[in-house]
Amino acid sequence: MSINYYLYLSTVLFAIGAFGVIYRRNAIVKFMCIELMLNAVNLLMVAFSTVWGHSQAQVFVFFIMAVAAAEVAVGLAILMMIYRNLKSTDTSILSKLKW
Amino acid sequence: MPISEILFWVLSITAVVCAMLVIASKNAVHSALFLIVTFFAVAGHYFLLNAHFLAAVHIIVYAGAIMVLFLYAVMMLNLRKDEESGKKPLFKIAAAISAGSLLLVLTVALKRSESNQMLGTDTQIGTVESLGQSLFNEFLLPFEISALLFLSAMVGAVLLSKKQI
Repeated sequence: MSINYYLYLSTVLFAIGAFGVIYRRNAIVKFMCIELMLNAVNLLMVAFSTVWGHSQAQVFVFFIMAVAAAEVAVGLAILMMIYRNLKSTDTSILSKLKW
Repeated sequence: MPISEILFWVLSITAVVCAMLVIASKNAVHSALFLIVTFFAVAGHYFLLNAHFLAAVHIIVYAGAIMVLFLYAVMMLNLRKDEESGKKPLFKIAAAISAGSLLLVLTVALKRSESNQMLGTDTQIGTVESLGQSLFNEFLLPFEISALLFLSAMVGAVLLSKKQI
């Protein structure tokens, strides 16, 4: 089986994740879409590791998973704080940095 | 058509359709449940690619830890269903155009590259043994630093979610 199938699958998953990050305003769903994008990259890395016959790429995927777990923990804590102060997780309310 | 190719198509279609449903569903709990299905489909892809250890870690970390965190957050935030009522149609079109152009550019770039390498059939690169060997030999320092990252993430999460310090 050619690597091209995995290239296009990861591209489609990444684009869906990017679309979700732009389209949805609920911050939790935005986080989920970020996880989707990370997954697309992980899948591509594993596919390349089997093509080249090295396990280094899989170690990188392992680290990406670790960073994703840490990121979700801190991100959801920030989200809790936003909800406590504003009583909403809609990101269109958070427009103080808008120029 | 060999069985691995059939499995590839089934898993791919499941992953893409459920990824779309994550965005399309109004309720955040439904989004989380569809995301779990997507994660399991990606784990199936890892099995197809002979990355057995990573498939197990993926299920444990994503479907186990991260999704539980998400569901807890949805539960504690107590979200209403029509949170996103005031969305302009121009905004939707802009989102679709930007994501579609990203997909177009990436697809054209991949089409131009014309890499026609085949997937390897070596079943030994994704085992616990080979991953452990490279993790504890050449990637020992990053491994220890990731432990530090987890510690700081834990402290940060506790600090952020406290009402007053």
